[in-house]
Amino acid sequence: MDMRVSLSGWTLDNPVIPASGTYGFGYEFAQFYDINILGSIALKGTTKDARYGNPLPRIAECREGLINAIGLQNPGVEKVISEELPRLRTVFKKKSIANVSGFSVEDYVYTASQFDQQEDIGILEINISCPNVHGGGMAFGQKPEAAAEVCAAVKKACRKPVYMKLSPNVTSITEIAKACEEAGADGIVLINTLLGMRIEPRTGKPIVSTGAAGFSGPAVKPIAVRMVYQVYETVKCPIIGVGGIATADDVIEMMSAGATAVEVGAANLVDPYACKNIIEELPVKMEAYGIERLSDIIGRAHV
Amino acid sequence: MYKKNIYEVKSNRRIAEDVYRMVLAGDTSYLTEPGQFVNIQLSGLYLRRPISVCDWDGETITIIYKVVGTGTAMMAAMTGGEKLDLLTGLGNGFDTDFTRLLPGQGILKKEDGTYSWPDGRSVKAAVIGGGVGVPPLYALAKKLKKEGAEVVAVLGFNEEKQIFGYKDFADLGIPVCIATLDGSVGVKGFVTDALKNIDFDFYFTCGPEPMLRAVHRLGKERGVEGLLSFEARMGCGFGACMGCSCETIAGTKRICVDGPVMKSGEVIL
Repeated sequence: MDMRVSLSGWTLDNPVIPASGTYGFGYEFAQFYDINILGSIALKGTTKDARYGNPLPRIAECREGLINAIGLQNPGVEKVISEELPRLRTVFKKKSIANVSGFSVEDYVYTASQFDQQEDIGILEINISCPNVHGGGMAFGQKPEAAAEVCAAVKKACRKPVYMKLSPNVTSITEIAKACEEAGADGIVLINTLLGMRIEPRTGKPIVSTGAAGFSGPAVKPIAVRMVYQVYETVKCPIIGVGGIATADDVIEMMSAGATAVEVGAANLVDPYACKNIIEELPVKMEAYGIERLSDIIGRAHV
Repeated sequence: MYKKNIYEVKSNRRIAEDVYRMVLAGDTSYLTEPGQFVNIQLSGLYLRRPISVCDWDGETITIIYKVVGTGTAMMAAMTGGEKLDLLTGLGNGFDTDFTRLLPGQGILKKEDGTYSWPDGRSVKAAVIGGGVGVPPLYALAKKLKKEGAEVVAVLGFNEEKQIFGYKDFADLGIPVCIATLDGSVGVKGFVTDALKNIDFDFYFTCGPEPMLRAVHRLGKERGVEGLLSFEARMGCGFGACMGCSCETIAGTKRICVDGPVMKSGEVIL
């Protein structure tokens, strides 16, 4: 059975990638299992300068999911490259996906260019969809022109494949995806979190400090599958499907909708073995469904 | 190192108003120091519930928790025999090595593992707990006592019906001082009121943040250092999500993996 998939000429052993922000810089999970079984890792969202992020509380539970308002906490690209990547290298021998965020086009270009020079980075995932920061992140992902501008600028400055990570909090996901592809994107990653809110019944006040924050988990999967399905019909470049994936069946569903690979997010936080379990369950499900080559099922939901 | 495993509820008993003591049987080898916590999965709830470890031995883990919401209410209803999925070995617990905690002061570590001042006097350690901050201090007090410290426990509660743990500490041969807000038992007021006439070389504390702040201030006034254990709403409990980060003098730290125990000289309160 063949689980390999290919993203812009880079062959992954399997399509399972932990999503940015749910896997740190990898080594926390290396304490639980050998993380080299993963297809790759999407690293914690990185910005030009170090960021503490939002005040606590940053987390609220929902039915079948959670709301987070981390706010892009990270040590800044320089430290990520000088400290986190070398540390990750001691436990992970494959290439990783750098997740880049910013507050201006120049920010994105600067941070992406730094990662572009790192040998162990396979793809630049440009996050224009973080809902938890002001004046950046999602602001670039809600207008086709702004998304295209970031994409074109990064593309011009970098050699590595550029994948744009899109927000579901838009009127037309296909328009944004198309604008990115036309601006040179090598791939599309979707979806980032939905904007949600939880209010504590006793106090009547929002639980997380920012009020509204990013909603993810199994509850959002149907939305992600629908958006991947729609975008697959709009663009030719590969899609990485993200949103509520927790089982091998979820992977197969997302790939059937049109994803070449998938990212597993919230599931990592409740079960640190989530990715491992999915990777081990995939061949069992492939056999049960008569799938010989996993890459054959990409987009098979479309007629 | 962390571990995910299945544990069986051996007993689960109410010990004070809304407070329960649960004993879980299973692998305890990943617990290495008092002050660590477990993260419990409950069916139908998405995130795990982080609960500090009160005590453990070769076969069982004891936790004491307060019913504060849906998850802890589900736990309170358990009668024994239930199987629970736990992550254990989480967090940095309380360091008890006084050569590190009181550096440059000539603390001696003897061959039997006990510590003392250069003149042979025992180190005076105060364990200060508030409400459900008390449980992790039990295994700590036991360890400190074993390592030769002169331990005093100062436990704060709102009112009499919420008091628990008094006998457990007393059974260790430790003097216990209770403070209640309404004055129904012991000293009327906060733990800091009870601490007025107590002298100590170092403190270990766990409880609500206002209490930690007050203890931290008192330590500063007296020029005494300590270790403080924090709690927070957590996503994962093992350092992946950055959901419980706090700023310290030594930079940003994650309460779950860099804490929950932090040094008095580092915290910003």
